[in-house]
Amino acid sequence: MDQTIPEVIRTVPLQYYVFFASALFAIGVTGVLVRRNAIIIFMCVELMLNAVNILLTAFSAYRADPNGQIFVFFIMAVAAAEVSVGLGIIVMIYRNFQTTDVNLLSRLKW
Amino acid sequence: MTSIILLSIFGILNLFMGFMRSNKVLLPGAMLLLLAVFGANLADWNVVHAPYFNNMLVVDNYTVAFTGIVVLTTIVLLPFSRSYVVAGETNLAEYYALLLFSLVGAVMMIGYNHLIMLFVGIEILSISMYVLAGSSKRDSRSNEAALKYFLMGAFATGILLFGIALLYGATGTFVLSDLAGAVAAPENASLQPMLYIGILMMIIGIGFKVSAAPFHFWTPDVYEGTPTFFTAFMSTVVKTAGFAAFLKLLAVALPGAQGFWLPTIQAMCALTLLLGNVGAAVQTSTKRMLAYSSVSHAGYLLIGLVASRGNLTGDAASGIFFYSLAYSIATIAAFGVLKLVADHRQRDDYAALNGLGKTNPLLAFSMTVAMLSLAGIPLTGGFFGKFFLLAAAAGQGYIGLVVFAVIMSMVGLYYYLRPLIAMYLRPAEEGATPVPVDGIQTATLALLALLSIVLGIVPGFLSGIL
Repeated sequence: MDQTIPEVIRTVPLQYYVFFASALFAIGVTGVLVRRNAIIIFMCVELMLNAVNILLTAFSAYRADPNGQIFVFFIMAVAAAEVSVGLGIIVMIYRNFQTTDVNLLSRLKW
Repeated sequence: MTSIILLSIFGILNLFMGFMRSNKVLLPGAMLLLLAVFGANLADWNVVHAPYFNNMLVVDNYTVAFTGIVVLTTIVLLPFSRSYVVAGETNLAEYYALLLFSLVGAVMMIGYNHLIMLFVGIEILSISMYVLAGSSKRDSRSNEAALKYFLMGAFATGILLFGIALLYGATGTFVLSDLAGAVAAPENASLQPMLYIGILMMIIGIGFKVSAAPFHFWTPDVYEGTPTFFTAFMSTVVKTAGFAAFLKLLAVALPGAQGFWLPTIQAMCALTLLLGNVGAAVQTSTKRMLAYSSVSHAGYLLIGLVASRGNLTGDAASGIFFYSLAYSIATIAAFGVLKLVADHRQRDDYAALNGLGKTNPLLAFSMTVAMLSLAGIPLTGGFFGKFFLLAAAAGQGYIGLVVFAVIMSMVGLYYYLRPLIAMYLRPAEEGATPVPVDGIQTATLALLALLSIVLGIVPGFLSGIL
């Protein structure tokens, strides 16, 4: 058990990571397009970001290049900032409309 | 680089100025700080800097030129926040600070040389704009605009990031200048499908941000719901920075994949011109018309991307610079007048402008110059903006695209003349009082009209500088 983490990552073939991340990303995209609750849509966006993180880490380990993993930290930090603003907006919407269903928000033409 | 540092410090300083509880100091204060940034930025012109932060950020003439546009745009935009000062808005310091912070993001998007910087810049700009779009907390339209902008923006970021991840997988680097070699390298040839999907997703992601069709559908709703002051910022600064980043990505990192992205951008360009102009023509609200018009201007700027063919200097890049400048100046004037009129008359359709030529000749004149410049009538900056871009495209042999753009700008004439007809030919409502305008706004509107006309008469001093 004296393998480094990149070595452990490399025990799974690269294309499996690509398929897994693409599937996760596709689930996220489908969720954003299909679901109507603002919070669920938001969760699906986070799923898309996590798919990106997995993909970047896998590529980074396979190419033995740390840049990809550094990028993951930036994505996590920025996603946290985005969550705080996004939840703030959703709370504001809930206070004024008593709902988070995006279909009911049609005062402006969509 | 100095502009990024100064903007960050000044943003924090602005928050502290908010403690003085005096909105009167804030507006001139913020304008002075931005003027200092503008000067510091210009001092970098023609100065050669080594890349900053391990080649993550470069300051060259390209960066200085586009940073100049976004800072100048913000300076001339600020006077139109006077209504917040007068109304005793308690969050004014935060609004200004957010504007300054989002400018930091814009400058990073312009000067990036590493995809991390592109991503961080886009997010700094976007997250500030999500907050500002919803800044009118009790107004249900502003709430809805904030939610739509946020969900669409976050979705677009996700797509952009997946594109970046695939690009990284196919090339193994994030640095723009290294990407160019890695894209063309023969050992990466087997990864071409991944590379192309990555490029396509990045184009989609940035296309969302600059509201290029078919990813523009959020634009009219968000622009209409957002308070007008911030709509003006969105449609100028965000678009200018977005196109600077877009051009840099295509020209520096991806010239090797031109055979793939050129047709894609060409198709997007034609579609954007069509949907933007036809969409604007059927609107009844002036603000919504301006939103669609900003989509159509994204179409004209895309012509510049096509004509650049992977060059960061030359006719097409200079054309994009000139067009962004002329467009920003005219758009700020149009939104500024619209904000003043809409605040006073409580409506923002074309009829709100009725009789403005009688009641407020200056506002009407300023709006006229702005509309003519946006429509691209000679003797205004917008004409030469279009001229440079279309000439660059024609020089590269894209005649079909140029002809289509000219036809579309004739459609544009129809909806840009409607405000003029309302202002000069329709009588004002019974008992309509003049719209109150104070000194600094009068001076700014006069300056904007003057700039539009100067750019239209002697374009030579700013054309061809890149």
